Amino acid sequence: MILTELFFGFLRVGCFSFGGGYAAVALIRELVLSRGWLSEEMLAYMIAVSESTPGPIMVNLATFVGSTRAGLPGALIASLAVVLPAFVIILLLSAVLKRFMGNPWVSAGMEGLKACISAVILAVGLDMIRSNCIGGGAADWTALLLTLALGFLYFGAGPLFKRKLSPLGLIGISALLGAAVYGI
Amino acid sequence: MSKQGKLWELFCVFFRVGLFTFGGGYAMISVVEDACVDRRGWITRSEMDDLVVLAEATPGPIAINCATFVGNRQGGLAGALAATFGMVLPSFLVILLISRVLDCCLEIRLIASAFRGIKLAVGVLILDAARRLLRRRKRSVLWGSIFAASLLLMLAINLFALQLSTVVLMLGAAALSMLAYGIGGAGGGAQ
Repeated sequence: MILTELFFGFLRVGCFSFGGGYAAVALIRELVLSRGWLSEEMLAYMIAVSESTPGPIMVNLATFVGSTRAGLPGALIASLAVVLPAFVIILLLSAVLKRFMGNPWVSAGMEGLKACISAVILAVGLDMIRSNCIGGGAADWTALLLTLALGFLYFGAGPLFKRKLSPLGLIGISALLGAAVYGI
Repeated sequence: MSKQGKLWELFCVFFRVGLFTFGGGYAMISVVEDACVDRRGWITRSEMDDLVVLAEATPGPIAINCATFVGNRQGGLAGALAATFGMVLPSFLVILLISRVLDCCLEIRLIASAFRGIKLAVGVLILDAARRLLRRRKRSVLWGSIFAASLLLMLAINLFALQLSTVVLMLGAAALSMLAYGIGGAGGGAQ
C-alpha cells in the first residue's frame, strides 16, 4: 500500500540523512527514481522550490512526494516519517549521545560516513548535470553551455565581484536565463 | 505562565522560525539562537553549542533537532511536540499548496521555460553542497580512499544502473573506517 511505502521510504531517509539537506536529496532521489514516484526533472524542480521556500529541504521534498502520490494523507505520513528519527533521537538519546560522541570508535565511524556522503552528493550532482546535458542519448549543447555559465557565475564570480551569489540568486538568474533561451 | 500558554508560545515561536528560514540548515541556527537564547533564555549558549554539534552528528534536519530539544527542555514531551509541529507546519502548508498547483503552472510556457533553466542551476547547487562538505574533509589516506572508492562506486551505480543502495554504501564506509581505527588507531594512534 502506498502510505506504508511512503512511511518506510521516508523513515529510511530520515534515519540516514547525515550531513544536511543535500545528503537527504541523494537518498530521496534514489527512493523516488527507483519507485517511479517522480521523474528526474520534477525532482530537480522541487529541489529548487524547496530552496526557495521556508523549511528544511527534506521535509519539503517529503511533503511534495507524499502529496503527489497520495494527497493530504500521503503528505502527512511522508513528512512525519522523515522528521520522526530526528525527533526521537533528540528526545530519548541526547543525554546518552553526548557521552557517545567522545568515543573514538564512534568518531571513526562518523568520519567514514562523512567521506562517503561527500562522494555520494558529488556523484548525484555530476549525474544530474550529465542527465541534463546528454538526456535521451543526444548531447544538449544549449543545456551544457547554460550549466557552464551558471557554474561560472556561482563559483567564479565571487572573487570577481567580491560578493558570492546566494543559492536563491542563482535560481533567480537561471529562471531568467531559461525563459530567455527556451522562449516565453 | 500556564502549561497551555507555554505550549502555545513554543508553537508560535517555532512557527515563526519555520516560516522565515529559507534554504534550511545553518541559516536557521542563528535564528533559533536569537529566539531561544538571546530573547527568551530558554536554553543557555553552551547548550546551544552542544545542540549544534549533536545535530551535526545525528541524521535528520537540524531545524527539527533544535525544535525538539528546546521544546522538551521547556515543556517535556508536549513541549517537544508543540515546537516540532510549529517548526514543520509552515513549510508543510506551503509545499502542499505548491504540489496542487505546480502541474497547472508548468503548462504555462514562461514558467516551463524558467524551470528548464532552474533545473540546470540545481545541478550546480548540488555540486556546491559537495564542495562545502569537502572543505571540511580530514586530510588522511583513509579519508581519501573511502571518498574515492565511494565516488567510483556511485558513478558506476548511476551509469550502469547497479543495484546497490546508498545506505549500504554509507554503512560500509562507516564500518571500514571503524575497522581501520581498530587495526591502526586503537593500538598506536594512527594519523
